[in-house]
Amino acid sequence: MSELATSPAIGDENPVSSASAPAEPRPKQLSQWGEIRHRFVQNKLAVVGLFIIAALFLTAAFGEMLAPFDPAAQDLENTLASPNGTHWMGTDALGRDMFSRLIAGTRVAMFVGLASIFFAVLIGVALGAIAGYFAGFADTLVMRIADVFLAFPLMIGAVVIILVTGRGITPVIISLAIFSWATVSRLLRSSILSVREMDYVHAAKALGASGWRIVRTHILPNSMTAVLVYATFNVGTTIVGVAALSFLGAGVPVDVPEWGNMLAAGQGFIGVNDYLWVFPSLFVVVTVLGFAFVGDGLRDALDPKLR
Amino acid sequence: MPRDNISKQDEGGGVTTSEILSVAETGGGSAVPLLEVDNLQVEFKTRDGVAKAVNGVSYSVSAGETLAVLGESGSGKSVTAQAIMGILDSPPGRVSGGEVRFHGKDILKMSDEERRKLRGNKMAMIFQDALSSLNPVYSVGDQLGEMFRVHRGASKKDAKLKAIELMDRVKIPAAKARVGDYPHQFSGGMRQRIMIAMALALEPDLIIADEPTTALDVTVQAQVMDLLAELQREMNMGLILITHDLGVVADVADKIAVMYAGRIVETAPVHEIYKRPSHPYTRGLLDSIPRLDQKGQELYAIKGLPPNLLRIPAGCAFSPRCPKAQDICRTEIPVLHPVTEQDGTELPGRGSACHFWKEQIHG
Repeated sequence: MSELATSPAIGDENPVSSASAPAEPRPKQLSQWGEIRHRFVQNKLAVVGLFIIAALFLTAAFGEMLAPFDPAAQDLENTLASPNGTHWMGTDALGRDMFSRLIAGTRVAMFVGLASIFFAVLIGVALGAIAGYFAGFADTLVMRIADVFLAFPLMIGAVVIILVTGRGITPVIISLAIFSWATVSRLLRSSILSVREMDYVHAAKALGASGWRIVRTHILPNSMTAVLVYATFNVGTTIVGVAALSFLGAGVPVDVPEWGNMLAAGQGFIGVNDYLWVFPSLFVVVTVLGFAFVGDGLRDALDPKLR
Repeated sequence: MPRDNISKQDEGGGVTTSEILSVAETGGGSAVPLLEVDNLQVEFKTRDGVAKAVNGVSYSVSAGETLAVLGESGSGKSVTAQAIMGILDSPPGRVSGGEVRFHGKDILKMSDEERRKLRGNKMAMIFQDALSSLNPVYSVGDQLGEMFRVHRGASKKDAKLKAIELMDRVKIPAAKARVGDYPHQFSGGMRQRIMIAMALALEPDLIIADEPTTALDVTVQAQVMDLLAELQREMNMGLILITHDLGVVADVADKIAVMYAGRIVETAPVHEIYKRPSHPYTRGLLDSIPRLDQKGQELYAIKGLPPNLLRIPAGCAFSPRCPKAQDICRTEIPVLHPVTEQDGTELPGRGSACHFWKEQIHG
């Protein structure tokens, strides 16, 4: 807000004199994205979140190089070692290096989290756009289907699907996506309903834009804000979901180094070898916070009321 | 019942609005006018019934000519324009009768796709609120250039050059430097210039401007209006200027059509209407303009409210508010009569839908 208020009068209403004067260098103007970026970086927590997410991505991408040990290598002479110089976060009941396993788990968490949000957004945006733009029967149909999916508790619904399909990364992604798209489509539908009545949509129509073009260039870009923020927030939530499913024994297979699996393995040692559950929890918590901070920052930066 | 009256109006009157209006056209009217609206009717289905927003409107515009359509909110002036453009919200809106001939062809009979191709290319519209008529997420250059990319298949680079050219044309200072700026970085007047540039981009034959200056500062209004009039002259376009501001009209319009409750109640060449209105409603509009030379007097206002379009009064729709209403006004819908001098000389282009137009104009 302040940077707008202090910027000098732009577009003054005296074209004749201004046009004849040589174009003087104008004070640097921020584009729309420039302003959003500007507001985003002013939010300290959002920047912290961004660093966390960047670190997670790098860890997921270059896990092999970072991990000091093979995450699957067992060392049966060195089980349940407390954190020390060699094994920074100790070893588990099979003597596997916790730190290396947590690093390997980052890749699983990020992949499953992002993939399920991706599919949730894909389905949600497609159906939400149809409901919002075509309204009428299509709207009713999509929204009632969404209601059905929203009525299922996420965890129970996902557990049921995985019980049928068996454990694995793909079933986890699919079941999480199936129970998240409904919120996305509701969000998108409601913002489309307001955006489609905007004057610029009418103006575009009056200047001959086709229906598809209006949706693509005018309605979607102006309605996606809420979806973008929701999706960012929910990568964190979904990663918790992945861990929770594994913890309940309905997630990825037990031999996969995954945070939820490690938590589940650690719960038998609460009060004895606490590092077995503290470190996985820490990874989950930091990840969730990272995405929540960024989502928060995005929401504030994109909020048109602050402009 | 109202439908009967409309048809009676056409048969009985013998002269339709467009005929009256076309007499005033420069050039004698040998060629087909650019746009002819003929007995257009538009209704809206609402929960409480059918609202008749436009009840048999006829007018015409030729190339290079400006028609001002004047009326209060709800008089049907904007709905008529939307019906011409084919951007009526439907449902609930629906054209229930009449013809709109553009270059002699009835565009109401065209397919949606054909009409879409007309929009932007051959006819374009400027809206009241330029502040919200531009998409906030694209730069003005992108939005201007899009006109060329969509309709002309121009390359990105050419489109940008065209956009700068257009911005120069509507006198936006430092167009080259500002082509990448976003709508919120422009003032209201500049945004309206950009809207005008978008509408004129493909040099359409007809422009409909729906209260183009209402949202602007008074000082800027004149500049924007002058610009629009100047470009219209240059490109020899037909212009329909929708407004409720008699002050805006005087300088730029060639002829005026005054609308009330979905009908045209008076038509006239622009300057005559100020001197000698021939309908009590026009008289009331003129009297309610604040005047500098009558300081201290109470401002005149037409008493009452515009009628509910679900329940348009029987007879003349203006009769409940008219100071001169007689019994006949409450029972019979007045036809748009050609207006003549006292000695019977015709006044070209003038028409009045008042039973007592003679008294109004001469007495």
